[in-house]
Amino acid sequence: MFNTKTILAAIALVAGFASVSAAQAAEGGAPIEKQNWSFAGIFGTYDTNQLQRGFQVFREVCSSCHGARLISFRNLSEKGGPNFSEAQVKALAAEYDIADPTADGGTRKGVAADRWPSPFATEQDARDANGGAMPPDFSVLAKARGVKEEGLWWIANYFTGYSEGGPDYIHALLNGYHDEVPESAPHNSDGTPFELAEGKHYNDYFPGHAIGMGPPLSDELVAYEPGENGEEVPLTVEQYSHDVSAFMMWMAEPGLVARKETGFKVLLFLFVFAGLMYATKRKIWRGIEH
Amino acid sequence: MSEHSTYTPGTGIEKWLDERLPIIRFSKEHLMDFPTPKNLNYWWTFGAILVMCLVVQIVTGVILAMHYTPNVAMAFDSVEHIRRDVNGGRIIQATHAVGASMFFAAVYIHIFRGMYFGSYKAPREILWILGVLIFVLMMATAFMGYVLPWGQMSGWAATVITNIFAAIPVIGNPLLELLRGGFSVGNPTLNRFFSLHYLLPFVIAAVIVLHIWALHVPGNNNPTGVDVKSSRDTLPFHPYYTMKDAFGMVLFMIPFAWFIFFAPDILGHPDNYIQFNSQVTPTHIVPEWYFLPFYAILRAIDFNILFIDSKLGGVIFFGGSIVILFFLPWLDRSKVRSGNFRPMFKWFYWLFVINFVALTYLGAAPAEGIYVILAKICTAYYFIHFLVILPVLGRIEKPRPLPTSISESVLGKSHA
Repeated sequence: MFNTKTILAAIALVAGFASVSAAQAAEGGAPIEKQNWSFAGIFGTYDTNQLQRGFQVFREVCSSCHGARLISFRNLSEKGGPNFSEAQVKALAAEYDIADPTADGGTRKGVAADRWPSPFATEQDARDANGGAMPPDFSVLAKARGVKEEGLWWIANYFTGYSEGGPDYIHALLNGYHDEVPESAPHNSDGTPFELAEGKHYNDYFPGHAIGMGPPLSDELVAYEPGENGEEVPLTVEQYSHDVSAFMMWMAEPGLVARKETGFKVLLFLFVFAGLMYATKRKIWRGIEH
Repeated sequence: MSEHSTYTPGTGIEKWLDERLPIIRFSKEHLMDFPTPKNLNYWWTFGAILVMCLVVQIVTGVILAMHYTPNVAMAFDSVEHIRRDVNGGRIIQATHAVGASMFFAAVYIHIFRGMYFGSYKAPREILWILGVLIFVLMMATAFMGYVLPWGQMSGWAATVITNIFAAIPVIGNPLLELLRGGFSVGNPTLNRFFSLHYLLPFVIAAVIVLHIWALHVPGNNNPTGVDVKSSRDTLPFHPYYTMKDAFGMVLFMIPFAWFIFFAPDILGHPDNYIQFNSQVTPTHIVPEWYFLPFYAILRAIDFNILFIDSKLGGVIFFGGSIVILFFLPWLDRSKVRSGNFRPMFKWFYWLFVINFVALTYLGAAPAEGIYVILAKICTAYYFIHFLVILPVLGRIEKPRPLPTSISESVLGKSHA
């Protein structure tokens, strides 16, 4: 059933399949170190505590410039997410004023069904407040970024199902700032040293290295509550960036846990079913020279 | 093919129906009794797998269309709405998106199987031509479907691909405006692409009916390429091939499900999660993987040929690389169908496969340095295979002796 030709063809197919990443591999930037994520792999699932911490970082730091227009408050209490209680979400939503032309005075208190309010009324307002740069919306940002693979390693991703390029990139970006342009900065094409434009910051991982956003995180910036058993979570940029990257992945893929759980059952079924089908096929074809 | 009919209406109603619309008789002849060579291998299950792929795409597509909004301001968010808020939406959307890739993976296997075993040779030329037509329709459908989520790659693919048509002399620009519904890619483009994306699958289904009709006149080719001589060479389609095909389909669903549930976005590009912005060009505009070989050919022509400028030249080679497939039955002069009995063809066949995979790789590689030269070599070889190698092989190659019948070859194999 599987001769050399079959294997050759399979290899050809896989190579063809995989070559799409060759283009991604051509994009610039320093190599990004992959992180361990609880949501990676077949049995991946979000860490509720991490998502809650990530939400805290998002709310206290990121959300002053970045929107998340596809996220509703109610999502925060849905299964497979940060798992806040409905009462918590209701209270949280009520802390925000929502623009609503049908309400008295044009605004009203938020409810769980409302979308996350944008920090700026228009794109122009956002640019004016950020030196001309537009802070991207967070809703699907974790899936709109990826990492570059060295050599032909991208082929392996099709077998491991690696889908955490976004959080890996975001984590790297948040830890990739330099106060001064470092020695490692690439030279311009005419050989002159790298020069940072006014109002820009140097980042190892941002394409072109000059990023409009200043380093958003610093140690002890966000005060995490200690866990139920009194264990302390480190208040470091490393920890914050992990947590907020995980939270951003949840925002981009809120149904990930249910999807993977279903997928495991589907694959298990298909393997068993394929086995039964093969046995039936053998039985029907028994005694037929073919 | 009524000579295969073993149908006798059992009841009065069946008899009544048989005299007016013999649909049961037809089904029995073509779906059950149809004599099929007994030696078909698993590569032959891809026909059934492709029918399954089309059905999956149509069923998931119809559901997606119930929730999708074809408007430049809302399309991107409506796809996210499907993923987030529609019951089962994430799985349906992922099945449709991954399904496009699986459909092409299967169709490439199906095409290359046909090429190896000479399934395009007389009397199956029309069957092959209809197949190439289906392939072209699939490419058009897939391309327009990829535009609908209105991400950066969607919008820029629409821009780049419609631009190709502008290279055609005289009618180029009017054609470009007709395709886009304006001077640039915008709301009219999205609307007509959505309309056509919904229409074309049904056209594909109709051509598939013709494709199967054309198959059922001469019957299946087989791995020996030798014609069916007697009923000893064949088995009824049911239960032998219904079972084998069903098993093939279940096997095919395993990688399909793997991608849907564990890496639904791995076959796409991250940039398509950024809404289309005609003012911001992505660093690399890359089509979906299944277009890459042809995209590589398009880009490989970056030089003027006499009075033809490079842009038109690229379009001619790009179109030619597909059009040439229609002529394959007459380019391959060898009387022997199966590559198993053609010692020289076998090597050139695999070289062609490797060349095709190389073109796929080069289509995604940046157009710089060594890649540009390799793309030119591979493009040249693609055409040389059809225009030089196949016709010449037909003259100089000495095929190995063919078995006198399918049964003989089958018995020889089991006793060897």
